[in-house]
Amino acid sequence: MAEVHVGTLAEFGDGDRKIVSSGSVEVGVFRWSGEFYAYSNICLHQGGPACEGLIMHQVEDVVSADRKYCRQTFSQTNVNFVCPWHGYEYDIRTGEFVGDRKRKLRSYKVVTRGDDIYVEI
Amino acid sequence: MEMSLSGGRTQTIESFRTAELLRHARQQAVARRYADFPIVDVDSHHYETDAVSAAEIIEYINDPVLKQLALSASQVGAKNANGSKGLGILPSGIAYQDMGGRVTRYPLRGFEETDGKEHRDIALTKRWMDAMGIDLTILFPTMMLDLGFHPQVQVEVELAQAYNKWLVERLLAVEPRFRSMLYLPFNDPEACVRTIEEFGDKKGVIGFLVTSARMKPVHDNAYARIYAMLEERGLPIGFHGNYNWGDVSFSTMNRFISVHSIGFVFYNMVHMVNWIMNGLPERFPKLKVMWIESGLAWVPFMIQRLDNEYKMRTSEAPALKKLPGDYIRDMYFSSQPMEKPDDLRILETTFRMINAETQLMYSSDYPHWDFDLPSVIYDLPFLSESAKRAILGGNAIKLFNLGTVPKMAKI
Repeated sequence: MAEVHVGTLAEFGDGDRKIVSSGSVEVGVFRWSGEFYAYSNICLHQGGPACEGLIMHQVEDVVSADRKYCRQTFSQTNVNFVCPWHGYEYDIRTGEFVGDRKRKLRSYKVVTRGDDIYVEI
Repeated sequence: MEMSLSGGRTQTIESFRTAELLRHARQQAVARRYADFPIVDVDSHHYETDAVSAAEIIEYINDPVLKQLALSASQVGAKNANGSKGLGILPSGIAYQDMGGRVTRYPLRGFEETDGKEHRDIALTKRWMDAMGIDLTILFPTMMLDLGFHPQVQVEVELAQAYNKWLVERLLAVEPRFRSMLYLPFNDPEACVRTIEEFGDKKGVIGFLVTSARMKPVHDNAYARIYAMLEERGLPIGFHGNYNWGDVSFSTMNRFISVHSIGFVFYNMVHMVNWIMNGLPERFPKLKVMWIESGLAWVPFMIQRLDNEYKMRTSEAPALKKLPGDYIRDMYFSSQPMEKPDDLRILETTFRMINAETQLMYSSDYPHWDFDLPSVIYDLPFLSESAKRAILGGNAIKLFNLGTVPKMAKI
């Protein structure tokens, strides 16, 4: 296992992401709501750069108490990163594929020491 | 470019390079040794409405009045994300292919830089071909796939003529890795005849295309001469799927996913059933028929459905000399967007039902949102190495008489 330096806290704003690699392994490291997350950058679909796309809140259908469709909205809490090849969406907090949560990207441990951030690959 | 995101956020993207976006595709090509065999992509696209191509194509429009309409529209209209105002006189449907920007190459492709040494469409197309290990591609337009529903038949005729001539002269004559099945203005059968006569023997023309989203019966006698001409010339006819949200058949659908998923098979299902039940395979037995961009799952449905009804209602289709499914198995299919069920036995059955090892041809559909890499075929566990290579290239080489295809992709 290699510990790869990702960057410093100062250069890693909330909502930022960086792609780091060790050998042939590419990992996307995200900072969201103060927490760090790291996942394989290989999309479960066709191998696209899963961690390099847009970060978008989950779209939700709004249904009324009497079960009528009202509209769509963005979730206040659920956030996904999206593979830019085909739009596969992954939960930024778990790496789960939103279209089938039984499947998820491999996650990696992020370590913070002082001002420096590392990921164990 | 500043991309708008959910929650009022934005993301600044400094550059866009196809080679970078597709670097994992290149890694796949190396790992799977695509350098060892030819890969032919039978359905890919370029954006004829982007700035460079649109301006050139408008110059090819013969009708002075339509040309003026196109020129004016291209001056007063709003630019799209790629700096173009398009062709002006194309129907403009609702389209959410980019998924609100999530498929980033849609909003960003206009920012990709080329060195100007070759046509921009040639340069951009070869970049993704090289990344995927593809040697030859059959190139089709994008927005013109909607032309079949244009209320003015003459617009389809004029734009088809302009586009075909532009494609032949500016791209196919220049780039040895491109081929095309030229656009037939199918709402005007006589114009189709003229199209085949004018372009049938041009360099790079290996067949002709019907954009399927339209309301014309393929069994209309007006088309008999067209089919005979293509049969005599040994040129396949392709039916390319598309959707049309303005079609009343889809008027109850409120989401793009619904219209797209059904639309891209719907018109080809209609054309296929008309083609078979009217006995066209018997009247034009040597005409090679190809179904493009409808995926594969619809074909086992059609085989089962048509065989079942035909066995009971044989008298309504007396021209048939074998089961509808037998005719379908004589046809050719492009692979994308290949449905990949979790239970691969379903896909294996589909392959067996359509005689995939001889009738199926890989297609990427790149750069569209639901493109497929060659690995969707190469990684299938139930195919032999020879079957993989046939579907990825060999079958297309035979169908289109492409001869020896050297490895041209710069992987």
